[in-house]
Amino acid sequence: MIQINKDACKGCGICIAMCPVKILEFSNDLNKQGVHFPEVTDEAKCTKCENCMIYCPDFAMVVIKNEK
Amino acid sequence: MKNTVEHPLKKYFRGEINYTTCPGCGNGIISQSILRAIDELNISFDQFAFVSGIGCSGWIPSPYFNTDILHVTHGRSVAFATGLKLAAPQLKVIICAGDGDTSAIGGNHFIHAARRNIDLTVICVNNEIFGMTGGQVAPTTPYSSKTTTTPYGSIERPFDLSNLSIAAGATFVARWTTYQARSLKNSIKKAIEHKGFSFIEVISQCPVQYGKVVGMRNDSVSMLMHYKECSVNIRKAKNMSEDELKDKIIVGDLVEKKNVPELTDEIKRLRREAKRK
Amino acid sequence: MKSSVRKEHKAEFLQGNIACAEGAIVAGCKFFAGYPITPASEIAHHMSKRMFEKDGTFIQTEDEIAAIANIIGASWGGVKSMTATSGPGISLMLENIGLAVVTETPCVIVNVQRGGPSTGSPTIAFQGDMLQPKFGSHGEYQIIALAPSSPQEMFDFTIIAFNKAEKYRVPVFILADALVGHMRERVDFPFEDEIILDERKKLETYQGIHQKIFLDENVAPMPIFGKGLKANITGSTHKEDGFRNVSDPQIMDNAIRKLSNKILKHKDDIIIVEEKYLEDAEVAIFSYGLVYRAVLETVNTARSEGLKVGSFRPITVWPFPQEQIEELSKKVKTIVVCENNLGQMYPFVKAAANGNAKVIFLPPKILGALYKQEEILNKIKEVI
Repeated sequence: MIQINKDACKGCGICIAMCPVKILEFSNDLNKQGVHFPEVTDEAKCTKCENCMIYCPDFAMVVIKNEK
Repeated sequence: MKNTVEHPLKKYFRGEINYTTCPGCGNGIISQSILRAIDELNISFDQFAFVSGIGCSGWIPSPYFNTDILHVTHGRSVAFATGLKLAAPQLKVIICAGDGDTSAIGGNHFIHAARRNIDLTVICVNNEIFGMTGGQVAPTTPYSSKTTTTPYGSIERPFDLSNLSIAAGATFVARWTTYQARSLKNSIKKAIEHKGFSFIEVISQCPVQYGKVVGMRNDSVSMLMHYKECSVNIRKAKNMSEDELKDKIIVGDLVEKKNVPELTDEIKRLRREAKRK
Repeated sequence: MKSSVRKEHKAEFLQGNIACAEGAIVAGCKFFAGYPITPASEIAHHMSKRMFEKDGTFIQTEDEIAAIANIIGASWGGVKSMTATSGPGISLMLENIGLAVVTETPCVIVNVQRGGPSTGSPTIAFQGDMLQPKFGSHGEYQIIALAPSSPQEMFDFTIIAFNKAEKYRVPVFILADALVGHMRERVDFPFEDEIILDERKKLETYQGIHQKIFLDENVAPMPIFGKGLKANITGSTHKEDGFRNVSDPQIMDNAIRKLSNKILKHKDDIIIVEEKYLEDAEVAIFSYGLVYRAVLETVNTARSEGLKVGSFRPITVWPFPQEQIEELSKKVKTIVVCENNLGQMYPFVKAAANGNAKVIFLPPKILGALYKQEEILNKIKEVI
């Protein structure tokens, strides 16, 4: 699962660009910083590659690997 | 959805992770690479000390990292770190400094530390500009770039910082861009374990100041993709001509020399010899 | 803490610079970083040998900026550290001297003064850098500075310098000059039980993110690196916990005022002055460093001729002994200031005297040359 701390996001879009399966997109809403933040479009396609987590300059993305 | 799971690197921070960098700045990616490297090495954070300079990259460890941090004057972090390491050689000392801090005002300290082969790791965040002060030309800015102090285009050739460090005597040298965050992390691990002067050059995007210079203002994604396009691994670059390598960024572990006398070991040797006389 | 010195009485015929180095060793100095410069290089030569004998470290740095940076870094590594240079070197070090002040880093800086400004006259003794440590770095700050007048005092005052640096977490200067540095005289080494050494107050355990490690007027404990104390050290204006704050004027006020008070409130402990023959004096001669030797000679001569003259010598030149001068000015008619420059400490003496006594400045006939007794004696006779 991808946990997104939407208010930590500055809207740079790097995670969206770095997702190899293109399942992240900008939201329609704005966060507290006034920017569009990423949302997962198709969780099932996530390969847990962790790119979004590793490349987020603001540590806003967490890839949760072991789910109950 | 509530944020219930902590970021795996949160434990290395004093408080909340709250970098005030510009959107898309490469600093945060580098910070993750450093902390992930330390995490994978499984060495206690208390064994590390960070010394940082003035400029945006100086804010990677300071004041966020939950260990000893020393945020010093512009260009001098290597010199402070040298004194610290000599007095407390058990510490793993890592320097975070920008290209201006390292090679402009700090150039002298940089080349001498490399020559001395003192066991420090310098992570040089090279955004090819002086970012924090408003986009002035740096010793790494490409020729003919138009910056806030070169409105007609830069008339100076830039340094190749990795080559400079190799020529000065650095015994572990790697260059990556923020596009290769995992490789960067692996090289940082090697640098920390390497006994000697390690220099890691990271080409990192400054979307606001340098982005403006290269027509990618505020577009960190384009800058990252540009790094991807231009990066050539050293293994491949070795067999390419100078022409083919024009405008390319050679990445990889460039130099790894073992068995070169390291300064703190030499100090210990001198103490033994001095007491024998 | 007692220093380790020999049990038998030891006296040696030493050059001032060497005596300074030996004093540092007695004081527990374990780190020397320096760059060659006349007339201070002998301190480096000596330390390059002795530091390793004492399990310490010597490094000849690439420049003076690296030297001061090294000794600050080493101090945070937990050791007593020192550098030695001359005026041009101090000029280069000034930025980081400010950093040492605001990060409250104990360290000792020796200036063996020479003719200036600029390259000047490397081997001529001069007292031209007296204001440099106090006003040379940008910003508002306090430091401690001592002015030795002999190789014995190079030895003794260097020990005092280390003690004050440790006690007050501040850079302390030894303001010598080329003659005091190069002359050779007898130096008596203290007996083992004669020396008391001060050690910095150390933070023992991590006290949490907002631990008080700076800006205590009674000196905050120092979080030495490598002990898990998670020290947060920056040259930016910061609060007591080390966290930077450059927007709140109250915090900046604290940062300057409390730091200055850390020194000024302890003036009684810090300031050392030496008064001779002042009980019934009508004229007092203010002098320091090597000039004091000439002044003392002259005062002795004058007294033998029945002239009521005395000597006031600041051993500590910074903080300036303002109260002591004010007291003096109420006792004597005239204060004559003798210093080997065009009047650097003179305005401070005049201000402190506050009109109670006349304050006159008497430079040597030739700047850089030693005073002759007659010069000072004639002035005494003129004003008495």
